[in-house]
Amino acid sequence: MIVVIDYNVGNVKSVCNAFRYIGCEVKLSCAPEVVENATGIVLPGVAAFGYAVSALGPLAALIKEVALGGKPLLGICVGYQMLFEQSSEYGRHNGLGLLSGNVVPIPAGRVIPHMGWNLVKLNEEMDLFAGLGSEKHFYFAHSFYADVTDSQAKVAFTDYGFELPASVQKGNIYGMQFHPEKSSKAGLKVLQNFYDTCKRKSLEC
Amino acid sequence: MLTRRIIPCLDVKDNRVVKGINFLNLRDAGDPVELGARYSDTGADELVFLDITATIRSRKTIVELVEKVAENVFIPFTVGGGIQTVEQMDELLRSGAEKVSVNTAAVQNPNLLTEAAQRFGNQCVVLAIDARRSKERAGKWQVCVKAGSEPTDIDVVEWAVKSEKLGAGEILLTSMDADGTKAGYDNELNRAVTDAVNIPVIASGGAGTLEHLYDAIVNGGADAVLMASITHFENYTIKQIKEYLRDKGVPVNL
Repeated sequence: MIVVIDYNVGNVKSVCNAFRYIGCEVKLSCAPEVVENATGIVLPGVAAFGYAVSALGPLAALIKEVALGGKPLLGICVGYQMLFEQSSEYGRHNGLGLLSGNVVPIPAGRVIPHMGWNLVKLNEEMDLFAGLGSEKHFYFAHSFYADVTDSQAKVAFTDYGFELPASVQKGNIYGMQFHPEKSSKAGLKVLQNFYDTCKRKSLEC
Repeated sequence: MLTRRIIPCLDVKDNRVVKGINFLNLRDAGDPVELGARYSDTGADELVFLDITATIRSRKTIVELVEKVAENVFIPFTVGGGIQTVEQMDELLRSGAEKVSVNTAAVQNPNLLTEAAQRFGNQCVVLAIDARRSKERAGKWQVCVKAGSEPTDIDVVEWAVKSEKLGAGEILLTSMDADGTKAGYDNELNRAVTDAVNIPVIASGGAGTLEHLYDAIVNGGADAVLMASITHFENYTIKQIKEYLRDKGVPVNL
């Protein structure tokens, strides 16, 4: 069972719908015992960074602990941004610090938010892009991005007038700036790959 | 490179999709959930659902509709029509909508855009503007509210610029003069707004041919094009639209 963290922000239901659609057992919950027993954790997020961090509250510490213990964790959009150290969206806010780097505004000189379908150059070493080829369009909707400085992280980029990190993997920690749950067939495949990874990891334990 | 988006718009009344001309003379275009799923499966980039009755009774219906749509649609969709408060936005976003659009409520209380952006992030906040060519001032457009029934003194371009500062993350710009006519978008209007703001603009109203879509993107500067009649009644498929645009050099997700 995969747990989608329910912390009073938008789009959590869409993430659950997409997992159910691919036949994955999923629970929307914020209960610590559910998080501990899940085979994988999804941290979704449609919210401003500061609101999301305060809504997550004490759950942040638990998520960090189980992720460091090896359980697969997938952060999506703001849920992905929260895996980093700090954001400057509407004030300064600390994230979970699982990945090195800060969340900063997309540089001026282009249309912002970065909204719509952009081509991601898939890093084939990353687990969640298995079977998707060398590039695919995914749906983005954001004004801030993570400036990834983590030397241990594998990164896939998209071109928005600069190399914008679209997805990151560091061991069992996965993050996507785009919305796989809203990226049609390619997005559902990414979620399927996460589900498969969780199953595989839970069998190893 | 970011692609230009093709966005079918589903005007919903009494749980049916309808389409009118100049905001009047409605014609039935099918079931919203079925039509939404069909568009999601056939390559639309995004959808917009507008509750055009927007009464207290229809509010409950639209939340249920959003839930059903979200179970079958794996592309982003925006919901609008009669939204007044941050709590109503929250309910729709939690039901599965990616974005919410506001129109009249933002004109009456511009601070709503700021409150919404601080809570949900500005990428969730779409400002819908119903624009009508001004009879008094040439080359200007006036903002209309209450489903287009009430003109205001507000200038469309000024309102667009102000809304971006307040927290709008996207503008859904409908030309009331062109809506439903299938005679082409108002690209003077589109150009005036896209030149003035730095957030994405969705051109709406008047799509009748493939060339109209191309013109709105190239001459109007639109980041996305909204259409209803030409795809609902299957004059063109999404694939045909995207192939046409691709062949003319417009980046699309095909």
